[in-house]
Amino acid sequence: MKARVNGEQRELADGSTVATVLDLLGAPPSGVAVALDGEVVPRAAWASTPVPDGSAVEVLTAVQGG
Amino acid sequence: MDDPLVIADREFGSRLIMGTGGAANLSVLERALVASGTELTTVAMRRVDATGGGVLDLLRRLGIDVLPNTAGCRGAAEAVLTARLAREALETDWVKLEVVADEQTLLPEPVELLDAAEQLVDDGFTVLPYTNDDPVLARRLEDVGCAAVMPLGSPIGTGLGIRNPHNIELIVARAGVPVILDAGIGTASDAALAMELGCSAVLLATAVTRAQDPLRMAAAMRAAVEAGRLARAAGRIPQRFWAHASSPAPDV
Repeated sequence: MKARVNGEQRELADGSTVATVLDLLGAPPSGVAVALDGEVVPRAAWASTPVPDGSAVEVLTAVQGG
Repeated sequence: MDDPLVIADREFGSRLIMGTGGAANLSVLERALVASGTELTTVAMRRVDATGGGVLDLLRRLGIDVLPNTAGCRGAAEAVLTARLAREALETDWVKLEVVADEQTLLPEPVELLDAAEQLVDDGFTVLPYTNDDPVLARRLEDVGCAAVMPLGSPIGTGLGIRNPHNIELIVARAGVPVILDAGIGTASDAALAMELGCSAVLLATAVTRAQDPLRMAAAMRAAVEAGRLARAAGRIPQRFWAHASSPAPDV
């Protein structure tokens, strides 16, 4: 299946969760947040939230700015 | 703490809020932040593969509170989602709300800004909106429950200073929440003027991070904010058209 992760089309294994995608990105364990199709997925639900085929995942962190 | 800045339920000894954008590297940023004496500093939210990581660790190490912003957002929906992501990532419900109209001016988009502010206040956020130097909009933002209002002196990154000091005074005169001068500061006298006009604090980034010597400029801004605050409290003399001798008239 496919999902758009941080703007890039990615091939994901069936049954992938938000946690799988974070592993794939090598995201740090803290200081990040995830939106799945425009809705925030709380940290506690990362491992149990499936990423549906064709969905959009955004993984954000703090950077220098403002 | 003498004369603290109070926003919502938090007190700050420093009235200088810093941004972290524009610094050549984290080491320069660190020294500038320390020299500024700031206790509250903004960060932006971007995709994890973007450059600029490490700023969170730096702020934590320095004991500076993090203020996430919604920089780059062009509409209320985008800004609200970014604020929610920041709350999740950084475990703070404080947000510097920024909704800009276009890339050329980076001026706040007032309708979207007010809409986003209202939604975020309803969702339990402590909202600090970056706004136009518009006394009417500032009132509206306060009315929907913002914890401060942050009018611009001039557009972001221009260093043009405070282009409409009278509007800033009007905002201060009617505000029941802290007024924080945000954007447009170019040099120390601009920061001092903001405080003399009655602002409670100053937020700046570029003026320090892109100065030829960020460390010295940070120290200058710190002193300017303190000087302006003192001058405001001291009560300046009225401006006069004609001279007024400061020595007694000669006796001969």
